[in-house]
Parts: sequence; structure tokens; C-alpha cells
Amino acid sequence: MTITKPKLHFSRKLLAIPYAIFLLVFVLVPLLIILYYAFTNGDTGAFTFENFINFFSGTGKQTFFESSRFKTIVQSLFISVMSTLLCLLIAYPVAYIIANCKIKNKTGLLLLFIVPMWVNFVLRINALKELFSWIGIYLKSDTWNIVNTILGMTYDFLPFMILPIYTTITKIDKSYLEAAKDLGATPARAFLKVTLPLSKAGIMSGVSMVFLPAMTNYVISNYMTFNHTKIIGAFIDECFKNDLWNLGSVTALILLTFMFIITGLTGGFNAESETGARGTSLW
Amino acid sequence: MVKILKYLKWVFIGLVLLFIYAPILLLTVYSFNASETINRWEGFSWTHYEYFFNLENQPLQIVIQTIFLALVVASLSTLLATVGAIGIFYSKKRIGTALSGVNQIPVINAEVVTAISLAFLFVAFNLPKSTFIPLIIGQMVLCTPFVILSIIPKLKQMDNSLYEAALDLGASPTKALFSVVIPQISSGIVSGFLLAITLSLDDYIIAAYTKPNSFQTISTHIYSLAKGSTVNTIKSSYWALTALLFVIIIIAVVVMNIIANKKADKKS
Repeated sequence: MTITKPKLHFSRKLLAIPYAIFLLVFVLVPLLIILYYAFTNGDTGAFTFENFINFFSGTGKQTFFESSRFKTIVQSLFISVMSTLLCLLIAYPVAYIIANCKIKNKTGLLLLFIVPMWVNFVLRINALKELFSWIGIYLKSDTWNIVNTILGMTYDFLPFMILPIYTTITKIDKSYLEAAKDLGATPARAFLKVTLPLSKAGIMSGVSMVFLPAMTNYVISNYMTFNHTKIIGAFIDECFKNDLWNLGSVTALILLTFMFIITGLTGGFNAESETGARGTSLW
Repeated sequence: MVKILKYLKWVFIGLVLLFIYAPILLLTVYSFNASETINRWEGFSWTHYEYFFNLENQPLQIVIQTIFLALVVASLSTLLATVGAIGIFYSKKRIGTALSGVNQIPVINAEVVTAISLAFLFVAFNLPKSTFIPLIIGQMVLCTPFVILSIIPKLKQMDNSLYEAALDLGASPTKALFSVVIPQISSGIVSGFLLAITLSLDDYIIAAYTKPNSFQTISTHIYSLAKGSTVNTIKSSYWALTALLFVIIIIAVVVMNIIANKKADKKS
């Protein structure tokens, strides 16, 4: 037994090899290619910082801050921040109410908020667009375009915010709240001092799942505004379609850096954290 | 005061549900409209459904090929992920952590970045899109990490002594793997497979970058209709699909709930 055992463990470990190769070839190498295009010249392939300089400079007489690229970045960040806030403002009360209500079938009620996600995403966004044009707010003005994009992002990503918050709230030990009550805290104070801090992990996880997609999911912004409102994702898409691979790669690299920072802050690289389970908690 | 608050609570829940369901309900109602616009009600008709269910028309063909693609992608992803998850679980801690970390990249990364990075790769490897290989690999990159994430927790909950017992009783490692380990993680494998199917069906961005030009999925087709000069008959036949999907899902949820309630009743 002592002789065969190490050999057995060795053989099971080998099962990781196909997936390791898959990750290397189809996840890491593609990112290295982005890095390559970001730092090389389009014509000769020589190493250069030109692409970054181009990205952060204006066109013609304009400065960078007057350029359409700067407008895209600011607009995109604004849409993303507002969508994340709106998702949080809707999702937290929803998750809190469901977690603390007295009805028997809580999962059933929660499912009502998740179910629309199983309808194809483009069909859903199409439905929202039709609703908006039915109400009469579709393509009404530039401001409405931005509002509609924010509503579209919120509509699509809301379940990603509700689920992790709901999970953390249900895990809170009720005795903490009872203790706070016994020690004389008002319900509002108990909420602020106990429930809110203890549900922070869920909020962080929800934010990390909404913030980046709301900056990059160009299907939603293009659909909701008939291509009138541009976000960073749409910019990358256009760069690729117009053969501006170097510029597109620089933008993608900036987004990637952003992603690593957000993920590092919210602990998403640990597969056991709430963030790691994006989507998996749906089942 | 407290009573008003209780009342307001459910008003809020109701309003959020209205926001979530209003678009789908609107399309469901107008999928029975005789005309192809949303603005006017011109009488009840099955036209859109008749158009949708005619196999000679594009929408149904596209739905069928999208489902077929999802099944292929989900099966391959689940196979790769099951083997991979077992491997990761039994490898050295450092290697396991590194692999799980890389596994998180496609989960967290912006889809458009994943998509262009893969498009660059396929150009560099000279893999033509018309072979479907880029599309299948692209969607596998999207789905497999999620399948891994749904299997790993089951491996952690697994009773490891059963595997050792099987070996002591003379089973070969392969046999022990198939008759002891796999059954214990089967619920994770099944839910991972279902998740992969929904991810593939839902995907627009990866497919747009990797699919053959002549091939359409539901997502890419509807998106292309919104952009170009719109053919209204096709567009409105998709309202019928929206309504159908919605009804199917509602029925599935109600059935799931009834089953779950019955189980809970039996336990108590």
C-alpha cells in the first residue's frame, strides 16, 4: 500500500493537464497577444509606447480632454457608476425584504427575480427597447439615451446584485441582532451596525459583477440608443472592426488592469469567495 | 407607522417586479397582434406564431442551430471541466491555486476583451472561422470556468475515505474514480452542464467575434435585425419566441417549486 499510494495520487493529478493546457493556450496566450499589440507598432511590429501616447492624445487641434475618446471614457464611467448604484439601491432592499419576510416559500419569491435571466439576453434587451419606444422615451434626446442605457444595464444585471446580497444576509447569525436589541439599539441602529457591515461581502461581490460589464457590454448601449451612446466596450469593438488593433489592444489592456484592480480589491481571485461563484449560485 | 412600512415594503417589491416583467409582458401581448407594430392593437391573430413555427423560415432554423451549438459546447465544456476539476483538486496546493486563479480570468474579464483576445489568437494560428472551431472554443472559454466552479465545491464536500475504501477492496484507480468519485460530484456536473447551456444560449459577444459569417445564433440574428433595415415579419416573429420562452420558464419554475415544497413537506 505504501508503495502504490504515491503513484495513485500522481495519476489523479495528471488529470489537470488537459485543462491546464486549455487555460494556457486559450486564456493566457490570447492575453499575451493583446499585450504584444499594445506595445508594438502596427506597421513594423517594433516595440513602442506610441499606442499609449496616441490613446491619451487628441486628434487635430483638440486636446485629449476635448476628444471623443475622452467623452466615451467619462460617459462610460458615469453610466457604469450610476448603473451599479441603481442596482445596489434596488437589489439591497429586495434581498433584505425577501431574506427577512415571514412567507414560507422564500426561494420561490427569489426565483421571480431571477427567472427573466433565462430568457435570451438579446431578446430581453429587445423587449426593454420595445417597451421604451412604446412609452415614448426611446431615442428622445441625448440625455434620455444615457438614462435608457443606465436602465438597460440595471435591467440586465440586477439579478447579479440581488443573489450575492441575499446569500450573505441569510447567513447572518440572528443572535447578533437579538444582542443588539437587548443592548438597547433601535432597529435602524441595529441594521446600520450589524446587518449592513455583515452583508458587505455580498455588496462587494455584486458591485464587482455589475461595474465592469456595465462599462463594456456594448450590446446594451448600442441597442438602447441605436448606436448613439458609446461606451468603452463599443470603442474596443469599433477598433477591432476598423483594423485599429493596436489602439484596441491598448484600451483592452487598460480595462484588464482595471479588472485586476477591482478583483484584487473585492477578493474575486479566490474561487471560494462569493465573487468566484458568479452565476453558479443560480443553480 | 410600522404598518405603513410593512405595506410599502410589498409595494416596492411589486414595483421592481413590474420593471422586470413589463417588457416581456408587453411583447407577449403584442405577439398576438395582427400587425407588426407595437404601437397599435389591430386585433388578435396567430400570424407571428405561424411564421415562427414554419421550418422554412429563418427564426426556427436559427433557434434549432443555437440549441444544437449550446449542447455541443456544454458537453465539451463539462467533459473538460470534470476531468480538470478532479485534477485541480488532487494537485499540489500551489498548482491548484494557480490553476483556479487563471480559471477566474474569463469569469471576471470583460467579454469583449476575451472575445478580441481570442480573435487575435485565431488569426495568429490561421484558424478560419468557417470551421466552427473558433466558435466552439470561444464559447468553451466562456463556459468551462463556470462548470469548474460548480464542480469544485462538490469535490470538497466529498467523503474521501470512500475512494480509499474502494482501492482497499481491490478496485483499480480508474474504476474507483468512475464508481466512487464521479457519482459523488454528479450534482455539480449536472448543474455545471445546465449553466453552460444557458451561458452559450445567452452569448452574443463571443459568438459575434468567432462565428462563421453565414452562421447565426438567436442573439446575433436579433442584433443584426436591430441594426440593419429591419424585416418586420422576422422581427415580430421573435416576439412569439420571447413569449414562448417566458411561458416555458414560468411553468418550469412552478413545477420546480411544487416538487421542492413536496420534498420539504415530507421532511417535516
